[in-house]
Amino acid sequence: MTVQPHRPALPDRSVRPDPAPLRARRRARIALQAACLAITAFMAVPLYLIALAALSSRESLNRFPLSFLPTDLSVQTLGTFLTSTGVLASFGNSMIVGLGTLLLSSLVGVPAAYALARSTFRGKEPYQLFLLFTRALPIVVLSVPLARLFLTAGVYDTTYAVILLHSAIALPTTILIVASVFVAVPVDVEEAARVFGCTPLQAFRTVVAPMALPGIAAASIFTFVMSWNEVLGASILTLNHRTLPAQVLTSLADSPLAYRFAGGFALVLPALIFIAVMRRYLTNMWGSTIR
Amino acid sequence: MTPVALSRRALLGAALGLPLLSACAGFDTSGAAGAGSVGFLSTQFTPVEERRRYEQALREHLRVDVAYNPVEAGVFVTTIRSQVESGRVGTGLVGGLHGHLAPVADQLDDVDDLLADLTAAGYSDDVLSLARLGGATAKYVPWMQATYVVAVHRRALDHLPPGVDVQHLDYDGYLRWAQAAAAAEGRPVFGIPAGPNGLHHRFHQGYLLPSFTGGQITTFTTPDAENAWEYLRELWAVTAPASTNYDFMQEPLARGEVLVAWDHVARLVGAVDQHPDEWLMVPAPRGPKGLGYMLIVAGVGLPRGGAERELAEQAIRGLSDPALQVETLRQNAFFPVVRTELPTDLPAGIALESAAVRAQQEAEDAILALPPVGLDSRDAEVSQVFANCFTRICLNREPVRAVLGSEARTLSAILDELRVPCWAPDPVADVCEVG
Amino acid sequence: MSATITREAPPHTGGPPVRPRAVPSVVWLVGPSVVFMAALFGWPVVQGVLQAFTGADGGLTGEHVARMVADPYFWPAVRNTLLLIVVLIPVQFAFAVTMALLLRARPRFAGAYFYLWVIPLAVSDLAAGLVWLAVFTDRGYLNSALATIGLEPVAWLAFDDPVSLFVCVLVAELWRATSLVLVIVVAGLQGIPKDYEEAAAVFGAGPWERLRRVVLPLLRPSLQVALILRTILAFQTFAVAQALTGQNFPLLVGETYRWYTGLQNPNVAAALALVVLVISMLTSLVYLRALRESR
Repeated sequence: MTVQPHRPALPDRSVRPDPAPLRARRRARIALQAACLAITAFMAVPLYLIALAALSSRESLNRFPLSFLPTDLSVQTLGTFLTSTGVLASFGNSMIVGLGTLLLSSLVGVPAAYALARSTFRGKEPYQLFLLFTRALPIVVLSVPLARLFLTAGVYDTTYAVILLHSAIALPTTILIVASVFVAVPVDVEEAARVFGCTPLQAFRTVVAPMALPGIAAASIFTFVMSWNEVLGASILTLNHRTLPAQVLTSLADSPLAYRFAGGFALVLPALIFIAVMRRYLTNMWGSTIR
Repeated sequence: MTPVALSRRALLGAALGLPLLSACAGFDTSGAAGAGSVGFLSTQFTPVEERRRYEQALREHLRVDVAYNPVEAGVFVTTIRSQVESGRVGTGLVGGLHGHLAPVADQLDDVDDLLADLTAAGYSDDVLSLARLGGATAKYVPWMQATYVVAVHRRALDHLPPGVDVQHLDYDGYLRWAQAAAAAEGRPVFGIPAGPNGLHHRFHQGYLLPSFTGGQITTFTTPDAENAWEYLRELWAVTAPASTNYDFMQEPLARGEVLVAWDHVARLVGAVDQHPDEWLMVPAPRGPKGLGYMLIVAGVGLPRGGAERELAEQAIRGLSDPALQVETLRQNAFFPVVRTELPTDLPAGIALESAAVRAQQEAEDAILALPPVGLDSRDAEVSQVFANCFTRICLNREPVRAVLGSEARTLSAILDELRVPCWAPDPVADVCEVG
Repeated sequence: MSATITREAPPHTGGPPVRPRAVPSVVWLVGPSVVFMAALFGWPVVQGVLQAFTGADGGLTGEHVARMVADPYFWPAVRNTLLLIVVLIPVQFAFAVTMALLLRARPRFAGAYFYLWVIPLAVSDLAAGLVWLAVFTDRGYLNSALATIGLEPVAWLAFDDPVSLFVCVLVAELWRATSLVLVIVVAGLQGIPKDYEEAAAVFGAGPWERLRRVVLPLLRPSLQVALILRTILAFQTFAVAQALTGQNFPLLVGETYRWYTGLQNPNVAAALALVVLVISMLTSLVYLRALRESR
């Protein structure tokens, strides 16, 4: 392992200025950067390539070997893709569905997660299994009976239907992650608050919630991103009010490769921005490790 | 619900999300202009460009406002079924290939009256018999048709063995050509669309087997069929192995990975369009029994209880207009189903194709094969049997006779349940049985 | 621990004031989620299960299960699914923990690294499949790189080379899904004060020992969640394998999808879904037991 967290600065440094530990530390720093860069290459190069492929002209994608530099840029495929019918509207629907799902699953999930973390109740394990059970069934098998249910209820082909489905899909994730977040908040601080006269609700609000917030935020990222990327259910539950992936899924599967790259890139782009925004928020919360 | 749930994050979300949520149940993504426009659910022209061109053609030629909504075949079927079953049908018009409409036959209204009005259009009898979906009444109005041909890059002609005529190929010559080309190029340069969304099962069903056996189902396990599959195994040995990833042959053709390929006309035209002078389009090869070829028909139907019925019927009449039919060929390489003269100024790729299609259809020894008829929702499973034969015989190299035996059992199980008559090229018996 | 919560009065229950303690507060916390899930998934699940065993005449039948097992793609799909999970999950966890510890060592540009490493989290499996298809396809970027440095291109996705197929799918899945584990582990590491490690260092523990005896044990709740979640999600994904290999590397959920939408046979699809369900439930049960016992 290349990890070399910096040494406790307290005892030895002031005593004797020995150059050897300094050199060792510099070597460790270099190794650390090398490891980080290697992983970054693995993670980022494919993204660069899809961006390159999406922005290349169709002819240049037919050449071999492919160019690794943006020599033959063209926004034609991407442009055609973005201006096709319904893409803008479906972008809006995806936002509505993502935020709605985030909201609904937090409302239902956070209390359950709190109970899961803080109390031992009868049926805890069956409850956890019940949650996993729903997540373990392939979505495509659930969506069709659900579509019939929603048709009868009159919410078929609305964003509400998709929000309900996505919340149900996201709930196990939300509950499990948030529960582990609550477990990490020491019970002592909560009890201390109670000792100082807080009601349970006040203790939760003033002590537990602020400490758990970063984790809850992380869980809500999953929720949003899951909803943003979910295709199979959304394409069965809606027809004229589709989310972005559902709207482009059909055209992606059968389009020439150039369009599939453009579509793939167009799907990635908004999520990139969302992660960038959320990351700043998250890192503020998390403070120490990541600046 | 306890107020405990309201974390700061959730409150923030509520502040942002609620106005948005209450504003609407979502934005319309179908391009419909609201009431007075017909929702047209379809499995065709899903690719971005094709959809855009077809929408344009509809706008120009149709007097009815149509919201064209292409979806995946699976979604098409489940959507129609669940809408009709729940009695809330938002779609006015459904269009798809014969095999896509077959599973929803029970959810479609009869269109015999409409067809009676349209007799002047001149649909062929083959096509009209398909439209009955194995029943007594017509379930859809023919929309357009297509078939499969072979695209040849001119460079491949250099490897043509002596005595093989590219315009009159036979399967033996096709194999020798593939072998010679592979030897000369140092790699296999023939391809078939054997990817997960490729149509290679149509090659087995409609080309290879009819050409070798004269039938499709009734001759499934005959020695002729064994010869056909043995032949395919030899051909596969000199076919580009990446074929199992090819859905549309136009891409590997355009990239130069493959020089000769059989595929659906609409899935070849993209390669030919750019540089038509580099390409030939030729009829499929012929075998001992003749030149088997398959006809693909698409139709439009009316879902039971569909919205805007009158406008939908008007739209169907408009779709049979020769001008729109020719425009569809020009833009998206699907051929007219109505009687009409093809113009002389077709795009070069389409012109190449239509010559090959005509030569194929008008060949003296042509054997017409149809995609399965009357199988309802089992249609795809029957096609899968042929695809499985290919996988097991060519890829897994299992013994031909054993594979045909076990796949024949699957096939009989499906057909015994349905008890439907056979379809071309098999003789129309009362009940189709695997031979 | 449980004392905290049972002392909690059920707020705003609206119940009769005479018996305010009649309903334990856990019910009010957990109840909504149970009702929600049961309402949305209960009926569809029951219907799905029934579908797997209902014949054309409405009676019970095992014919769909027989059909599923006889399909030439079934056993390869079972084998591939299990193989992928058994190899992928450990590699992925080692990778994610390494990444998280690297970040914890506070390298320069840690923020940028973190951002780049979690991006795949936002990439749908559909798009991820396309990304790696661009790399591995015969005339793709990997072969272009080989050709540029003068090597022979390799058919990475050839149907007759199962090892190469498997490795391609593995690499793509590693790229796509590791960031989920990474975020959970990073969040978990936040809860471990650095003092513990520093104290251990003062007492002479080396980096490896600090990891094994201090960090990993404290990380267990996060790892447990990540493990269960990741395994269940791993059973659900097929789009990447399908984009890369077509039908040559079938996975169980991909087969479910194929039977449902492609072949239009919901009965066999439901039978396949049950297989997925049973395998993933067994796995999570094993995890829950194993992790509880060793606690």
